[in-house]
Amino acid sequence: MRQIDPDFLALPLRQLADAALQRARDLGASHADFRLERVRAESLALYDARLEGAMDADDLGYAVRVVKNGTWGFAAGLVLTPEAAAEVAAQAVKVAEVSAPINREPIELAPEPVHGEVSWVSAYEIDPFSVPQKEKVALLADWSAGLLKGADHVSARLLQVKEQKFYADTAGTVTTQQRVRVHPELNAMKAGPSGFDDMSTIAPPVGRGYEYLTNGHYDWQGELAQLPELLAEKLAAPSVEAGDYDLVIHPSNLWLTIHESIGHATELDRALGYEAAYAGTSFATFDQLGTLVYGSPVMNVVGDRTVEHGLSTIGYDDEGVATREFDIVKDGILVGYQLDRRMALMKGLGASNGCAFADSPGHMPIQRMANVSLKPAPGGPSTEELIGGVERGLYIVGDKSWSIDMQRYNFQFTGQRAFRIENGALAGQVRDFAYQATTTDFWGSMEAVGGPETYVLGGAFNCGKGQPGQVAPVSHGCPSALFRGVRILNTVQEGGK
Amino acid sequence: MTSPQEMVERALELSQADDCVVIVDEGSTANLRFAGNTLTTNGVARSAQLTVISIVGAGVGVVSRAAVRPEQLPEVVAAADAAAREAQPAEDVRPLVEGAGSSANWVEPVLPTSIGVFGDFAPALGETFAAAEAGGRKLYGFAEHTLTSTFVGSSRGLRLRHDQPTGRLELNAKSADLKRSAWAGVATRDFSDVDVAALDSSLAQRLEWAKNRVDLPAGRYETLLPPSAVADLMIYMLWSSGARDALDGRTVFSKPGGGTRVGERLAQLPVTLSSDPAAPGIECAPFVTAHAPSRRSSVFDNGLPLAATDWVKDGTLTALMQTRHSAELSGLPVTPSIDNLIMRGGEGGRSLEEMIASTERGLLVTCLWYIREVDPQTLLLTGLTRDGVYLVEHGEVVGEVNNFRFNESPVDLLGRLSEVGAAQQTLPREWNDYFTRTIMPPVRVPDFNMSTVSQAN
Repeated sequence: MRQIDPDFLALPLRQLADAALQRARDLGASHADFRLERVRAESLALYDARLEGAMDADDLGYAVRVVKNGTWGFAAGLVLTPEAAAEVAAQAVKVAEVSAPINREPIELAPEPVHGEVSWVSAYEIDPFSVPQKEKVALLADWSAGLLKGADHVSARLLQVKEQKFYADTAGTVTTQQRVRVHPELNAMKAGPSGFDDMSTIAPPVGRGYEYLTNGHYDWQGELAQLPELLAEKLAAPSVEAGDYDLVIHPSNLWLTIHESIGHATELDRALGYEAAYAGTSFATFDQLGTLVYGSPVMNVVGDRTVEHGLSTIGYDDEGVATREFDIVKDGILVGYQLDRRMALMKGLGASNGCAFADSPGHMPIQRMANVSLKPAPGGPSTEELIGGVERGLYIVGDKSWSIDMQRYNFQFTGQRAFRIENGALAGQVRDFAYQATTTDFWGSMEAVGGPETYVLGGAFNCGKGQPGQVAPVSHGCPSALFRGVRILNTVQEGGK
Repeated sequence: MTSPQEMVERALELSQADDCVVIVDEGSTANLRFAGNTLTTNGVARSAQLTVISIVGAGVGVVSRAAVRPEQLPEVVAAADAAAREAQPAEDVRPLVEGAGSSANWVEPVLPTSIGVFGDFAPALGETFAAAEAGGRKLYGFAEHTLTSTFVGSSRGLRLRHDQPTGRLELNAKSADLKRSAWAGVATRDFSDVDVAALDSSLAQRLEWAKNRVDLPAGRYETLLPPSAVADLMIYMLWSSGARDALDGRTVFSKPGGGTRVGERLAQLPVTLSSDPAAPGIECAPFVTAHAPSRRSSVFDNGLPLAATDWVKDGTLTALMQTRHSAELSGLPVTPSIDNLIMRGGEGGRSLEEMIASTERGLLVTCLWYIREVDPQTLLLTGLTRDGVYLVEHGEVVGEVNNFRFNESPVDLLGRLSEVGAAQQTLPREWNDYFTRTIMPPVRVPDFNMSTVSQAN
């Protein structure tokens, strides 16, 4: 197992925490927590196999969150001295005092065992920041050059993040954690007789190190070799005929539909209205817990922050809660929400399931998404067998455009490519497609989920939520799945052309 | 702590590169968030980011670090220098900007914002909560004030500074049963001009309108888009107007067969879309600040003066977002990105209220949400209506309509506008995390494509 970087451990973590927590206690806070973070991110962008942009950035700072007389107070600082940390704690108390006139719900937190001093490191082999930039650029340039043989332009990017968190609270939990994630992506663009189009790789972002690009964890050569031919076929493909189709959806597309229509809809803060003015609320209101028919009986969804290589995976959340797996939808029925400590207590749900997260030292933790995943059917069908059960339909691969309303009812997604299914067999690509549905209708139309061999962990680095805006990385696992009678739009006709 | 000015000078001294640009961003922010007539989260925070851009030959190295201590500075600069020495030649290489001199306020200290900026606002918000509670309304929203001081120095003598205050308030009122909802947002520089009680009153009126519910099917409707909704559509169009991508044939502004669509008429009405760093009320940085190379900005252009720019003038596309490099490739003027956007429709535009009064039958939208690109060739966007769609008949609002998903291209819309009203400062709903400084008109679209009904309310 890898260790936490010594230069992070060399920072005055305990001294700052002790000073801040003591000042918060002295000023009357009933709860206080201290979080110091360093988030390093490097992005590389190539265009037509040439390096176009490289950015190596980090964010370092700390935050103190207090509860004073039942009101939150939060402040963040930069100067790494005990005196400065104590002053930031005092600012947090001041923020609580200024905010008191507009607080009508006293803050209380669900109990959580004191975990003592613990550390956790994600599963990766090669720290991407230990690999020379030149080597990474050379690999991306080589991949791009191959794609350029069949494309007019090729863009490539590699995002790499290392996140280090130190947390301490007045109850006595002290966690030190480190995790790494990478997202390589290539896109090929080409002009054809009816305009231009593009196609991106469907390799998901992962909680791995640089080995994801080099050590056989993903078949890069196979995907890159296919991409120009698939793009050429797409450019020559007919425009889809709008109407209702049966859909077989590959995990590279379905993960995003899960994210938008299940992941966000089962965040309890949304269901309770805390995001009402911004990200929105949820049709899956709390009064329907245990009764809402979310989808068909083959639908089983779990949340976790524990799966290996998951982007949301971590040992302890930003409230010192040990992470775990929990049910969200069981046999098609809503049975659980994603929680933080405040909401878990408020709604009588016992302990939090560990979904508090802040994306930077300057932001207050809010309830963020666990890895929310659709379970495969043990012994279930292969993707080919699912396609074989369709008379007239589409097989959709790769995510692209997405949009969903503020209660998570109505959504519209496109994809990287779609193939017609005729009498159980693929019959070439179509262009200009989008699928549009209402969440419960869509999941209710899910007739079958694929077996474990079709299961892929997809995801994104950049899930947005909250004000001030925060981004969070999250994974979603799912098998291929079959949906009956879903509305397909022709996007050219939608544009009035 | 070392001052940002000292940080710039010291980093420039340390660099062994042929040339160097140093940017320091000192930020401070304060915020209050609320839901259901009570506080949910709050906070104050400071940030300090140092960006060193080293140039060796035509190679560029960029390293950016937060909260850099003086003893760490040599390591940061050395890393940028080393990255520049190893880098491939940059395609957009140009001489660094010279002769821009120093900002008059370069030496002045940074004055951060604090929770005190809400000293008057927070009690007023508390009173508004009480009034809303008494009136059967629940208020949700967010108030934020940030102050960012940006210092740009270069080995060619640049010493430029810009202080950017940015404030915003979003207020969302809902009926007690959460069935009716209305939204208003304002941009402000310091919250002294924010009247939260008046905003709440305007939302209360909209909730009254919504008591009469009218269900309408999907279809094309004559639609009045208010300034906020217009801002969200035009901002996306601005973001899609990079000259480099247009030249590569991959945007709606690409000319079939090569080149760009600059010079082509997009709107039949005399619509002008422009940016101006000195526009009153929405002032923004008057020089280019590029922290990293990208398709739409060049680090070599740092410090380049920004002037008022017409992107669309009298309905004709006149400029795209340029770097000096892309301007040479396209043969068009250098028109870099500017952090505000203004749309006007000629003389004599009417107010939204007057436009409602002259509407025989149509929809009045409050704002648009979850706007995403569907097709870059046409810039077809999809998204939702949100927090109030109203039916207007015979010049009056007669009730609230269900929400819709739309599919529309802002470029195509420009060509179909039948009326452009009087422009006013507004806060975009969807994009105000990134873009708050806009002056926009309400517009009338004769056939807005409401693609499907959304059950959200």
